[in-house]
Amino acid sequence: MRSFSLGKWLLPVYAVLALVFLLVPIAYTFVFSFNASVKSNIVWVGFTFDNWINVCSDMSVCNAFGTSILVGVVATIIATALGTLMALALTRYRFRARSSVSLLLFLPMATPEIVLGAGLAAQFLSAGIPKGLGTIIAAHALFCLSFVVVTVKARISSLDPALEEAGRDLYGSSAQVFWRITFPLLLPGIIAAALLSFALSFDDFIITRFNNGAVTTFPIYIYTAAARGVPAEANVIASAVFLLAIVLVIVGQVTQSARRKRLARLG
Amino acid sequence: MAFAAFGSSTAQPVEQAPRKKSWIAWVLLAPGLAYLALFFLTPFISLILTSLQAPVDFGDVGQYQQAFKIENYATVVAQYWPHFLRAFGYALAATFFALIISYPLAYFIGVTARKWPLLQALMLTLVIAPFFISFLLRTLAWKQLMSDDTPLVQGLKALAILPPDGHLTGTAFSVIFGLTYNFIPFMTLPIYTTLERLDTRYLEAGSDLYATPATTFWKVTLPLSVPGIVSGTLLTFIPASGDFINASSSFLGSTSTQMVGNVIEANFLELLNYPAAAAMSVILMGLILLIVGLYVRRSGTEDLL
Repeated sequence: MRSFSLGKWLLPVYAVLALVFLLVPIAYTFVFSFNASVKSNIVWVGFTFDNWINVCSDMSVCNAFGTSILVGVVATIIATALGTLMALALTRYRFRARSSVSLLLFLPMATPEIVLGAGLAAQFLSAGIPKGLGTIIAAHALFCLSFVVVTVKARISSLDPALEEAGRDLYGSSAQVFWRITFPLLLPGIIAAALLSFALSFDDFIITRFNNGAVTTFPIYIYTAAARGVPAEANVIASAVFLLAIVLVIVGQVTQSARRKRLARLG
Repeated sequence: MAFAAFGSSTAQPVEQAPRKKSWIAWVLLAPGLAYLALFFLTPFISLILTSLQAPVDFGDVGQYQQAFKIENYATVVAQYWPHFLRAFGYALAATFFALIISYPLAYFIGVTARKWPLLQALMLTLVIAPFFISFLLRTLAWKQLMSDDTPLVQGLKALAILPPDGHLTGTAFSVIFGLTYNFIPFMTLPIYTTLERLDTRYLEAGSDLYATPATTFWKVTLPLSVPGIVSGTLLTFIPASGDFINASSSFLGSTSTQMVGNVIEANFLELLNYPAAAAMSVILMGLILLIVGLYVRRSGTEDLL
């Protein structure tokens, strides 16, 4: 195979450099989670495990983290439930206004977050709804919804319709075919959508900033602390979340490739 | 992944003999549509109504009444046009640099690394790795790395690239740098999705027909990866033009680098000038729809979803 290459080594070196560039701030966050600084974590003072051992010594960091988890879980449940139903409707049924519904789902993804945030804030303001946990969750579920629909839709489109036909040929009722065949096959897509939705919600700052009221999520905490220097405990939490997510992704990929190998052996 | 959403416009979904019972479809759609109506469409209407409000006579700061004050738009444009210009300028520059960095990376992962699936999976994981750590902390990390007493800045001064009293943070450079960094994965993933499906036999055909690798790239590879480039540039340009973290003074920006996002935030949350903030949001959205519409029409991938 001859492919376009800027010299034999230039492309791989460039790719590795780009990846290193992407990882620099992550390494920085990880290293500074071991910094022996007391309050602001800007200059390197010395190495310590204390921040990792006493993460919650400053309760506000852990409270903010807990709030982000709560918001993420509730928003994900709402977005995943509504989005999965919409994805099923869009892929399995012909109805008029299908393209309008698709456009309506595309628009939140094409709207800058600040416009979504300001719009929701204007809405809550004019409706006299006080900003707080409820408004954050409502906002997060909104921007996650489109991503859930897209992710689940992709999974449905990749399903082999023959599997369902087989179910019907074996006299399965619609409900049986759905719950015993379609749903289990869709589940990986739904789980992927839920994970994506949680990740989007957990890291959202812009929309939250407009709708949080007095509630502090983890990104809001970092933003507020940014001017005076984020305490090392925030770096600990971020690093721990990062390590957990990476482990999950690697486990997912390993099991997936193991399953693929097993299938290849069977076939 | 969701990024595949934008990249998957060329994928042919399996036609699954859709059933006709459209009432079931509407039952399935109803909760989601209600949610979108309540939290997406009505906020837009609220935003437009707010943008036309006028201050209450003799009222406190932050008290407005419904009016049809179209002058609000003229006022914000007159006052904040440099911020709009900066927002689109910075976003455009960041999109360009992100493309320059992402395309070779995506090419390497999607085409060259095909022979080594494990390497491919590892590199993809590293591309999405930044998503697993807080966006704000990553940006702050760059701020620290570029702050005045770091070896980087000292080195640039020693080499006379930066004047002795120069800074990296708080400049247009650092803001564009931060935007570029933050949106590289959004650019890389859709391009990777299209390149990963690229049939390398086309490239072989190119070389069989005596095309140089460069000609093959320009005539075959690049045109075939246009859908990925289109979705990548949209996924970068749209959020970058509304971003206000990178340009904020406590991150990589300063008062002279404020983008329209920063003034919307300040007007809404600090000055409580809701009509001005709303008018700017409406203008931002309108300009983005215009730019995106023209761009998508020119590049010819109309069905993005």
